[in-house]
Amino acid sequence: MDRIEFDRVSKRYPLGEQRTAREAIVAGARALTRRRRAEPQEIWSLRDVSFTVADGESVGIVGRNGAGKSTILKVMTGITAPTSGVSRTRGRVAALLEVGTGFHPELTGRENVYLNGAILGMSRRDIGRAFDDIVEFSGVRRFLDTPVKRYSSGMSLRLAFAVAAHLEPDVLVVDEVLAVGDAEFQRKCLGRMEQAEREGRTLVFVSHDLDTLSSLCRRSLWMEAGTVRAEGASSDIVRDYLTSGLSSPDASRALVRSGPLQVLDVRVRAAGRGAEAALLRDDPIEIDVDFDLAEAVPGLDLAVYVTTRTGVRVLDVTATDGGPVSFPAGRQRARISVPPILNVGTFAVGVWFGTPQHGMLDEPAAATFTLHGSDRGRPERVLVYDLPVDISRLD
Amino acid sequence: MTGDLGPWTENSRRGMVQDRPWTALWRSRDLIWYFAVRDVKLRYRQAVLGAIWVLAQPVASVVVFTLVFSRLAGVSSQGVPYPVFALVGMVSWTYFSTSVTAGGQVLVANASLVSKVYFPRMAAPAAALLSPGVDLAVSLVLVEIATVVYGVGPTWRLLAAPLWLLLMVATALGAAFWLSALNVRYRDVQHAVGPVLQVLLFASPVAYAATALSGWQELLYAVNPMVGVIGLGRWSFLGTPWPGWQLLVSVVSAGVLLASGAAYFNRAQRSFADVI
Repeated sequence: MDRIEFDRVSKRYPLGEQRTAREAIVAGARALTRRRRAEPQEIWSLRDVSFTVADGESVGIVGRNGAGKSTILKVMTGITAPTSGVSRTRGRVAALLEVGTGFHPELTGRENVYLNGAILGMSRRDIGRAFDDIVEFSGVRRFLDTPVKRYSSGMSLRLAFAVAAHLEPDVLVVDEVLAVGDAEFQRKCLGRMEQAEREGRTLVFVSHDLDTLSSLCRRSLWMEAGTVRAEGASSDIVRDYLTSGLSSPDASRALVRSGPLQVLDVRVRAAGRGAEAALLRDDPIEIDVDFDLAEAVPGLDLAVYVTTRTGVRVLDVTATDGGPVSFPAGRQRARISVPPILNVGTFAVGVWFGTPQHGMLDEPAAATFTLHGSDRGRPERVLVYDLPVDISRLD
Repeated sequence: MTGDLGPWTENSRRGMVQDRPWTALWRSRDLIWYFAVRDVKLRYRQAVLGAIWVLAQPVASVVVFTLVFSRLAGVSSQGVPYPVFALVGMVSWTYFSTSVTAGGQVLVANASLVSKVYFPRMAAPAAALLSPGVDLAVSLVLVEIATVVYGVGPTWRLLAAPLWLLLMVATALGAAFWLSALNVRYRDVQHAVGPVLQVLLFASPVAYAATALSGWQELLYAVNPMVGVIGLGRWSFLGTPWPGWQLLVSVVSAGVLLASGAAYFNRAQRSFADVI
């Protein structure tokens, strides 16, 4: 039995509409005097998307920035109406699209729990019943009567997630919430989602953390340019997605953009060789990320990570690992030199940009590369790193 | 075997189908309550003298109106002392204008909520009408004290005060539905609200009696629902003459405002998250 049905759902967003009544009146007057109306610009965020999710099933959605993942969730939860087609759900749907929306800094933790619970669709009685569990989960009991503006960002995040985690919905929709918070928090969130899964709740999960996604969801959808490019077992989808690379058909266009940031190119090559040369396992390699900043963004950081085809993260370095960094406005290149420690195989390069408060862009398959050569008879290992084996007597 | 998962909820071109306006409003009563609690707490938390400020505005207006309209212009106050006459008008008007101002901005003020969470959208303007109700309750205490001091009340007519409240809230809710939805689409609408309310204050019988006109003009005047609201309020609190046909015209007008506001809001809400 299905919990969720998408039946040929399309969603169009208009661009350049009149934003004020004055503009609308002026535009209306122009339309009267001129016969031909200027065609309004538009983008199709979803085109004829159909899929179903069975009761108790967990489904992941992968895809690049702007592929339509978030729009699917917004239509599914009713935040926005589709332009055509129908989305149907059964039972209570709870969405975690952004943790802490609706938290008010001037209100205390306790007051925010009630307000946020009500916003997420809980009745007063539901919240009262779950209140102690929420507080327990969040670990902020001592500060319950303190205004949330005095909380650390981690504390308010924990409290916000705790409310959402105790909704006990039939369908839980989660968008990239694990991207924020510390490791302990992420572990807790994940545990809670696994619990929801065990309890037979239906889960729809959007994440760039493909390893987590494939362990949490048996099935996945791969969205590309507003359509479902592929659908199937998560392990297959993740592998295909990661090896697809960012082969933009039009090389002059930016690969991905977000606000003032455009990623122009992500390349992997053997150090000191041309881009065409095949990569060998024993080569040191260089990862270049070319990007353009329309303006300087305070606190901006860059992370580059390398994952295997199954989504396991092997390397993850950030620009601020070595101390504070500031990125000027304009075009620039970040280069990471990787010593020959990876085994043969195909890897994906992920690129993340953001500030400590706000992730701007996360592209787990910005580029792919394959290391050729011999794996010395041990193809299972990902890292090639010779460690001495010490032998000593025990008795 | 389709029964035990419950009925489908559909989201189509027309938006969420479960949004029949009045049932959605009723089902979201807890949310409306917490929105209102938030507004009240935020307003009064840092103001110990809250109650005094609540009264300062209507009292100051009444003093000015008494000097200008009663002493200088000699406006009729339907046989009751002018200060209480103006006070009932001003208290009604203050509730109406505060609610409409807050209600008109409520969606834009909660833009991130609207674009990130689904909740029955009507709950927001409805909740915005509740927190000015606290001010109103405080003001009504003053009204009752004043009627006793001036020796014009209370009478059995006070039992009709809930009808006055109902008509006033319906009028404000209708206006808030219209304005909040328009404001999402056209952001400059909110700049017009203040000046329009200013004009409307003098087009409403706050400082003078609604009976200053005659015949059909009097009825046409009552298309402004605040004419009926204030007329009914004065009848109930002060015992001025029954507003009669004017009240009927205002009730119809308020009903049309509310029904059309709800219909427009319900149509517009499907694109709130896209354009806000």
